Amino acid sequence: MDYEAIGLKAGLEIHQQLNTKEKLFCHSPTVIRDSAEHTGEVSRYLRIATSEMGDVDRAAKEELMNQRLFTYYTYDSTGLVEIDEEPPAPLNPDALDVVLTIAKMFNMTPLPEIHTMRKMIVDGSATSGFQRTALVALNGAIEHACRVETVAVEEEACQRVEDTIFSVDRLGIPLIEITTSPCMKTPDEVHDIAQYIGMTLRSTGRVKRGIGTIRQDVNVSIRDGARVEIKGVQELDLIAEVVRREVQRQLSLIAIRDELLARNAMVNGEVYDVTTVFAKTQSQVLKKARVILGTVLHGFNGLVGLEIQPGRRLGSEMSDYAKKCGVGGLFHTDELPAYGVTEEEVFVLKETLGAGPNDAVIIVASTEQKCRCAMQMIIRRAKMAFEGVPEETRKMLEGGSTAYMRPLPGAARMYPETDILPVPVTKEYWDSIATPELLSVKAERFVTEYGLDAGMARQMAFSEKLPLFERAVSEGIRPVFAARTILASLKELSRAGISPDALSDDSIISVMKTVEAGNAAKEAVLDILTACAKGMSVSDAVSRVAPAFSREELQDLVHGIVNDRMEFIRTRGKAALGPVMGVVMKEVRGRIDGKVVSEVLDEELGRIL
Amino acid sequence: MTLNNSDPVSVMFAGIEMDGIFINRSGEHAIVKLSSGYNICVPESFCSPKEKTASVEKPAVLPLKQDASLPLLSIISTGGTIASTVDYRTGAVSSKFTAEDILRSIPELAGIARYHTLQPFQVLSENMNPAMWQELARTIHDEILKGAQGIIVTHGTDTMLYSAAAVSFMLSTPVPIVFVGAQRSADRPSSDNAMNAICSAQAAVSDLGEVVVCMHATESDTMCALHRATRVRKNHTSRRDAFQSIGREPVGGIEYPEGTVVLAKDAVLRGTEELRLSDNLESNCGLLQYYPGMNPAVIDAFKGCKGLVIAGTGLGHVGTDCIASIKGLTTAGTTVVMTSQCQAGNVCDRVYETGRDLLDAGVIEGGSMLPEVALVKLMWVLGNATRKEDIKRLMQTNLKGELEYDLWRCA
Repeated sequence: MDYEAIGLKAGLEIHQQLNTKEKLFCHSPTVIRDSAEHTGEVSRYLRIATSEMGDVDRAAKEELMNQRLFTYYTYDSTGLVEIDEEPPAPLNPDALDVVLTIAKMFNMTPLPEIHTMRKMIVDGSATSGFQRTALVALNGAIEHACRVETVAVEEEACQRVEDTIFSVDRLGIPLIEITTSPCMKTPDEVHDIAQYIGMTLRSTGRVKRGIGTIRQDVNVSIRDGARVEIKGVQELDLIAEVVRREVQRQLSLIAIRDELLARNAMVNGEVYDVTTVFAKTQSQVLKKARVILGTVLHGFNGLVGLEIQPGRRLGSEMSDYAKKCGVGGLFHTDELPAYGVTEEEVFVLKETLGAGPNDAVIIVASTEQKCRCAMQMIIRRAKMAFEGVPEETRKMLEGGSTAYMRPLPGAARMYPETDILPVPVTKEYWDSIATPELLSVKAERFVTEYGLDAGMARQMAFSEKLPLFERAVSEGIRPVFAARTILASLKELSRAGISPDALSDDSIISVMKTVEAGNAAKEAVLDILTACAKGMSVSDAVSRVAPAFSREELQDLVHGIVNDRMEFIRTRGKAALGPVMGVVMKEVRGRIDGKVVSEVLDEELGRIL
Repeated sequence: MTLNNSDPVSVMFAGIEMDGIFINRSGEHAIVKLSSGYNICVPESFCSPKEKTASVEKPAVLPLKQDASLPLLSIISTGGTIASTVDYRTGAVSSKFTAEDILRSIPELAGIARYHTLQPFQVLSENMNPAMWQELARTIHDEILKGAQGIIVTHGTDTMLYSAAAVSFMLSTPVPIVFVGAQRSADRPSSDNAMNAICSAQAAVSDLGEVVVCMHATESDTMCALHRATRVRKNHTSRRDAFQSIGREPVGGIEYPEGTVVLAKDAVLRGTEELRLSDNLESNCGLLQYYPGMNPAVIDAFKGCKGLVIAGTGLGHVGTDCIASIKGLTTAGTTVVMTSQCQAGNVCDRVYETGRDLLDAGVIEGGSMLPEVALVKLMWVLGNATRKEDIKRLMQTNLKGELEYDLWRCA
């Protein structure tokens, strides 16, 4: 695909949780809980305060089409601010400090005063009905000539447990939001920039790690298409695929538009009650429904069922809109007969509605009220097909395709958070912020300065155990040994199903020092660490797993083994070293360094040969 | 050129040019709302005015019709915000008060009643005073005379219970008088204002015939409680369910959103009392919380007051050192009423010696009256009675549910 020719433009909005002790606007810890551990719950409705201009944010309005009672799980680690029962605490200075540090790493300009805003979110994921957010710095640079437009600090939303049930443990964890300009021109470039930004964030050592702690939103548009915001790409490896599939979707929608115009297609918006057509239906879905409504999309035959990206059709788009009204979905004649609907029923349906061979019929089944609402949404989406690509906020589905979520929100959703005072950022403060070394730079330095091979250097620099490595090196442990031990022990523990938290940094350092001092063999490191992780003290682990073996004891052992094989050694000469070494190692593995064994054996052979 | 609120401006900052709207100043800085919706704060010299674009025409607003078949309620606003709108262009929040504005903000109200709205004054509830309680009682009286079948008073929550108790004593009412407020600001989607308002309207058209406070019963949006005006207290600074009945159950509850009103057996019903206003108050009264080691001079400072309510310890005590000062007050003509700092229960000054000394010093036992309710009642009693024995008898008579029984009968 020639992405330049189709005018692909993509931008990123990256949300990363910050690893502060407390939340952004209250003093609760930033820990994620198991929803089964909740200790209380409250139920709430959300409603939108209208603006004087009669201007209700379109995204907010659509979310509230069904007044829903949301339930929030609370925990012994959450407080009143999370359930909007208490005014917020002042903005967490630690969170601001991390965000300013990152802003400085992107060469941005900080705002002299930070003003917190309320961003309306009425999907239930924020108990207050808004998310607090504040711009911190503007206009920075990323490599590849891309720009960071803004950096903001904001609060994380609730986690959805199911449907209308949310968990407030996550609500209020500080996030940095990084918005780039639409500077990316290919899907791979989107991946690379996202990766670079992620690396920069991790370089601070002050962001949370693991699944769900970073989310990428991608803005995609092509020439003739429209700006579409795709929310919540959690895996970096999928991001390019998401962009590729969105391009495919937009191209398909444009092709459908052209075909509709060529066919003189038409949506007249008339809705018919077709409940009687399905009076004797065997379809489970239709049988249950109180009312079935239908509409004809003239000239749409074959297009509703056309695949626009893997697993998605124009019909799926219409179905997403219909679901906003609480119906389960829709049936269209491009996919029928199926789902228990017979060919005969389809025939009668088309006949009843006067649908011709070029037309498609859409039906929805539910209560009268929900069906009417859904039909309006379907007709709205069908009319949009004549425009090509609608501006939308979409959510990612498994595999990288997307589904409609809501319209793009406008500026109509922001107003000042009057409970939070502005926070000044002085020049002295800004100047005092130190920027950390980038992990990529660190990795290079580990090669040149410490002699690590490139792969291990990178692995070490990007590992969560980087601080341990740096401490070990500063305490005089040889870098290659330290890196190898740390990385291998993590791998070994995970293989043994032991949590890496079971092993303290202090014990790892202590074991490495024991080896460096010659009091345990390098070969025994993993066994000793595993024993420590299972609860043994370092000294016990060393003496049980690998009792130290002195050079004198080794010399005695080697002497005995060599004497037993004198003839063999005399016949083979120097070539006997390998096989004899194997016999010795079998006895002493893990108790003394192999290098020492080889030295002693060499001396002994030298004496004979 | 000086920038004014809502002026379109162009901001040069961090090497980029941005469009926005000037909001206001903060020192040498200008606060500008960017087209993204964010407010930023930059030196004012970085902003330059832009040509005003033709103002967006406001969408035509259809006049709202009230359903003439529904009962008429009066909504009297004293400053609590029942409805507000947000101007997303500038971010300003304004409170709304005409019936139309309220119905537009809370359309559910239109299905419950017709409304007449008044705003006798607009103050933060901490700035209320006895003169305003009187004006409020007179306003309510007039509205009932004019045919209101129920009254809703929107009020800041901080001193709502004082106003509600004052109205209770000053007014005998055949219709429900419902005080309502919100604990979380009306400009947030999660505000309790709309649900409380809807419940208050349900209460105001119900069979009730007394003064109540209507607020969230729990932290959830599922039920409002109706508290008797003389037995309610704000027990939390910020929670939705801050208001609780003290020493008794609420007189009613309203299920939300169903609107079902359930009244307690002893709720005063519509039409039980006849409309009567007696709005005299003696505002020269005080309320004093006793604490261990209190200097008797603190009590002496109330000399000249017509009445003093003391929130004593436990069963109704003060330190022995203070008794002479209290005696000094009563001798000089100040009525002194003893209540308790305890959350609930009756005062009894006959158990311990200090108590008996207090009775000898001329203190009137206030039974289970909440100290703040006793203060309001004392103002009303002193405004309507002059003879010592009448004052004592009225203070010890259960007038509006503030006492469990008439204390003087049992003395």
